[in-house]
Amino acid sequence: MSELILRLHEKLPQWKSVTWAKKNLFNSIFNTILTISIGLLVLNILSSVVSWFFLDATFQGDAKLCRESGGACWAFIFEKSRYIIFGHYPTALVWRPALFIFGVISLFGASFKREFWGKRLFWSWILWLTFSILLLDGRLLGLTHVETTKWGGLPLTLLISFIGIGCSYPFGIILAVARQSNLIVLKTLSVLFIELIRGVPLISILFMASVLFPIFLPDGFTIDKLFRAQVAIILFSGAYMAEVIRGGLQAIPRGQVEAAKSIGLTNSQTLRLVVLPQALRIVIPPTVSTFIGMFKDTSLLVIIALFDLMFTTKSSLSDSEWLGFAREAYIFTAMIYFVCCFSMSRLSKKIEESMPSDGKKGKGVSYGF
Amino acid sequence: MKLNNRLIASLALLATVMWLGSAQASTIDEIKKRGHVKCGVSAGLPGFSAPDSKGNWQGLDVDVCRALGAAIFGDAKKVKFVGLSAQQRFTALQSGEVDVLTRNTTHTLSRDTSVGLNFAPTNYYDGQGFMVKKKSKITSAKQLSGAAICVQQGTTTERNLADYFRQNKMKMKPIVMEGNDELFKAFLAGRCDALTTDASGLAAERTKAKNPNELVILPEVISKEPLAAAVRHGDDAFFDIVKWTVYALISAEELGITSKNVDQKIKSYNPDVLRFLGKVPGNGKALGLDEKWAYSIVKQVGNYGESFEKHVGKKTALRLDRGLNALWTDGGLMYSPPLK
Repeated sequence: MSELILRLHEKLPQWKSVTWAKKNLFNSIFNTILTISIGLLVLNILSSVVSWFFLDATFQGDAKLCRESGGACWAFIFEKSRYIIFGHYPTALVWRPALFIFGVISLFGASFKREFWGKRLFWSWILWLTFSILLLDGRLLGLTHVETTKWGGLPLTLLISFIGIGCSYPFGIILAVARQSNLIVLKTLSVLFIELIRGVPLISILFMASVLFPIFLPDGFTIDKLFRAQVAIILFSGAYMAEVIRGGLQAIPRGQVEAAKSIGLTNSQTLRLVVLPQALRIVIPPTVSTFIGMFKDTSLLVIIALFDLMFTTKSSLSDSEWLGFAREAYIFTAMIYFVCCFSMSRLSKKIEESMPSDGKKGKGVSYGF
Repeated sequence: MKLNNRLIASLALLATVMWLGSAQASTIDEIKKRGHVKCGVSAGLPGFSAPDSKGNWQGLDVDVCRALGAAIFGDAKKVKFVGLSAQQRFTALQSGEVDVLTRNTTHTLSRDTSVGLNFAPTNYYDGQGFMVKKKSKITSAKQLSGAAICVQQGTTTERNLADYFRQNKMKMKPIVMEGNDELFKAFLAGRCDALTTDASGLAAERTKAKNPNELVILPEVISKEPLAAAVRHGDDAFFDIVKWTVYALISAEELGITSKNVDQKIKSYNPDVLRFLGKVPGNGKALGLDEKWAYSIVKQVGNYGESFEKHVGKKTALRLDRGLNALWTDGGLMYSPPLK
């Protein structure tokens, strides 16, 4: 026995991690005590987390069984996942939003491949989003009509944020260019708009769109709640995009514009061919982080009772048979949000890496001419 | 968030007040043209309106809306639900986004007048109550003098509690907290002896306990929260329809007509029953509806008692007593004027 320990002891220091631990974690009595007590604490927390998540968890059965077990109630998620993900969309027609999500995932996957980048991918995105609206609505495709009040869950979150991203980008470019313009009226209007929108929280704009706006319309004339919210989101993120893009515009040296003019390009040609391509490229990282922020901002639609992913989660908690499983529901939804946001930021990293930048390729951007 | 809520609430009030005096085209014609009724519901109140796992709306408030569909179109499915937040509800009604609110709205004078609503008969009498643990042996709120009571911060609940204790010359020891969940946890952990909020809310909280049978809701109700459906001012014909739809639900229970026996009852000799079911015509014509309007309501939705038992009654997780919501003949407040 003692021989064994001795041999073990001889063997131990040869392991790299053990040497490391000896040197850093157990190098004095105080550190040894600290390491052990923290280790125990972590172990304790970890074991209760693991037992809540898995060991004591209920995967099947009803609410009563869940409450007795004391662990997580994943049965609740199995029961409610259809509602949390698809909201009030009629069960028989759920293939439509499912198809939409599938399309978005495939396009997203394709966007990771460099060889697909180009006009075709761009138009596929636009076509797919447009087609999806028709698909979810159903009327123009000769399918059963499903009103926007029944749209909900993940498809709604994806739709609102992707359309928001798609529309706010060109809108932001127009605003940013207008802000840099020499035409005083255009410039003032753009500055006013940007500062006004950026000066108030998204909640108040959504609230304006959902509660105050209908008052100004003639009697009996209503505009779809979803559409109003969508416009509010586009306006809001448009203003933020404009400021991001303005940063790019200002990074282009004056000399380039002058050079472009001197070889006979018109104003709009200078903008289209010289300034914008470089400016937009510079600001890709902040653009993507604005997009990710926007994706998460859609969860504020809760306050105007649009059934986005966050709201279906919240309202799935009100079934009187299944009260009190908020933790499980929010963990589930947080996971969905995480997967979406994380893959978006991965994509941005990919795009950044494949773009020539100042640091990597000498002075590529600013002095390209 | 508190401030935000208040800001939003006052904006909403402003919004609705600005709507005052605007007249609408006949709602019922519009509904018939459109082919469905649009109801504003709460997006999640257990037992009153909450989506089930398939995404269908269920609850006591939801049934009032279904009954309207049955009355107007003879089909309880011809209704559309719009989930509304508390701040949105009045503007949504005034702007015509919905035809009727069936959204646990308390009937008060100011809402009836300055917000411009007309309230249908109450379909649920709620009110603030107390919940205690069974082993505390407390059976009446009067015994709560000096007891620690968990109550939500900054709500009317807190004021009602203070009023009640002052009125009864009892010693108050409130434990004030922000969220419902925290309150309930504190109560379970024994930080307070009793928990107070609306009785239906107490019932919902109780289901979260590991053993709900150990918790008792005391019989005293210390505030008045009559929840009723509401329509906008200025359209009496539609108001009548909503009003009598709710009365029909109650009346059916008074007459003993249920969704199961309605086809036998139609052969009975009771003139009230025959008039109710449209065998003796008159009611339908007076309301501008099909003579079988009430028959459709009972056949497809059931009577008030059935709806109550299905969504909030003894067999559901909420296990609410009929209490004030029993028929007047059983000591409750549910009373329908004669349908003739």
